[in-house]
Amino acid sequence: MNPIKVIIHKEINVAFNSLPTYIAFIIFFCITGFIYWLSPQNIFYTGQASLTYLFSVFYEVLYFLIPALTMKSIAAEKRDGTFQLLFSKPVKTWQLLMGKYFAIQSEVLLCLALTLPYYVTIASLGHVDHAIGFCGYLGLIFTSGCYISIGIFASSLTSNPIIAFFSTFAISLWFQFLFELIGSWLNNTFLSGFFGYLSISEHFDTISRGIVDTKDIVFFLSLITIFLALTRYVICKRRI
Amino acid sequence: MNVIVEDLTKIFEFQKVVDSISFRAQKGEILGLLGPYGAGKSTTLRMLAGLLAPTQGTIRFDNYTYAKNSNKIKNLIGYLPEQTPLYDSMNVIDFLFFLARLHNIPRYKITSRVLDMISLCGLDHEKHKLIRELSKGHRQRLGIAQALIHDPEVLLLDEPTTGLDPNQSFGIREIIKTVGQDKTIVISSHILSEIENTCDRVMIISKGKIVANGTTAELRRDSSSGYSLRISIKGDDTPVIHEALCELPQVQDIQILHKQEFELRCAPESEIEKTIFELCKNNDWYITEMTPIQTRLEDVFRQVTQN
Repeated sequence: MNPIKVIIHKEINVAFNSLPTYIAFIIFFCITGFIYWLSPQNIFYTGQASLTYLFSVFYEVLYFLIPALTMKSIAAEKRDGTFQLLFSKPVKTWQLLMGKYFAIQSEVLLCLALTLPYYVTIASLGHVDHAIGFCGYLGLIFTSGCYISIGIFASSLTSNPIIAFFSTFAISLWFQFLFELIGSWLNNTFLSGFFGYLSISEHFDTISRGIVDTKDIVFFLSLITIFLALTRYVICKRRI
Repeated sequence: MNVIVEDLTKIFEFQKVVDSISFRAQKGEILGLLGPYGAGKSTTLRMLAGLLAPTQGTIRFDNYTYAKNSNKIKNLIGYLPEQTPLYDSMNVIDFLFFLARLHNIPRYKITSRVLDMISLCGLDHEKHKLIRELSKGHRQRLGIAQALIHDPEVLLLDEPTTGLDPNQSFGIREIIKTVGQDKTIVISSHILSEIENTCDRVMIISKGKIVANGTTAELRRDSSSGYSLRISIKGDDTPVIHEALCELPQVQDIQILHKQEFELRCAPESEIEKTIFELCKNNDWYITEMTPIQTRLEDVFRQVTQN
């Protein structure tokens, strides 16, 4: 069997045999459910069957959920010494990283799939544009992919999962808010555009409005690739 | 499969941990790497397992090298790291299935192979337990099971019995001897009895260098610690006998163990027994005990690692 598939299978098994994964999922549903259905800005208050608001709630909560899912990915292997075990087996670093990446992406996909009842409920309450629904989920998948690769990278920098958790926040914060903020402060058109381009929210907003632009797809895929490549570099460097 | 190591060197920052070592381990041989803590044994094994790249030198498994045949070699070796790192949140059987799949064992063989390993390593009653619930001895057995799951030709075991009680150590040694008949095994340890009881050949490493290499018998024979004899002579007072023994030209060192009982060290092949017999005959003393004491591996170890 392909090593990537074997690692995905093992990671998913381990994740769904551990309580923290279920706690993270429950917290995700509690927070998204509360904000969307019960908070002062709930859907009934706005009076619109708005998918954009639904996706923006998911988007914000994923920012907190993903570091919890990625923090142990590499850090725990380093802490427990299981890297020694894995790398004595016929598995390459990139295969290990892809396995871990796709395993966490699958967990996030499952989490998003479980939000479909929200979508169906909104669709039954009012008229929704299903193309925007599809694009919203696509945007969330790409965004979560970026956060996952950042999380795996942060996890490779330390053997302490808690430090990895906060490092993921710190790095993601730049792509979530700070680059956009810096871009808005600058008068220089090129730099302003450049920093604006680095902001994940700008690309997510475009996709979640139903506009699937190659520019956004390239950005997401590049960010995922860059952080996974950096992780590979960090791991390989320590093996020399 | 032969393991051929030539001029292997590993430098971390400014410290030379392994210093130009060369050796060869042959099929069916159990080679022991013996040395004090920090001697470079684990680093050597980690390089053999492909976890660390050597700073200099080559490692060959027959004609395969890591540079060209990394995956092939990793399918031919089984490695048990020091401290036996395992996935604590998995259960025993799932863990072995995971590693069997990672080694690309054909699907139809996996179940029988996993069950064979469980049976060989005595984990039948533990197979459904979580790894974190296992005792140290069972963790070590599982470590060996994972190293053997793909039936490797070379087995690299880093401190396989450290921290185990004598019964557990005996169990692990039995497993190693059982599987060692048709494999090349390299074991590192600082426990002399383990190496002495398990290995066909011993290599003592100190400060990254090989300071002794041979079978335990060869090491004892080549040791410059000489030949020791325990002797008990009756017929006179202890100081008188002691003084007479001290005057024998072959005797290098003598200790009084008890009343009229001595341990003396002399040069090998000096025929000290004959001289003592003559001494007793001349003084009308009689010998109640004369036992040659073999040089222990511990003495050889102390001698070569402290020089």
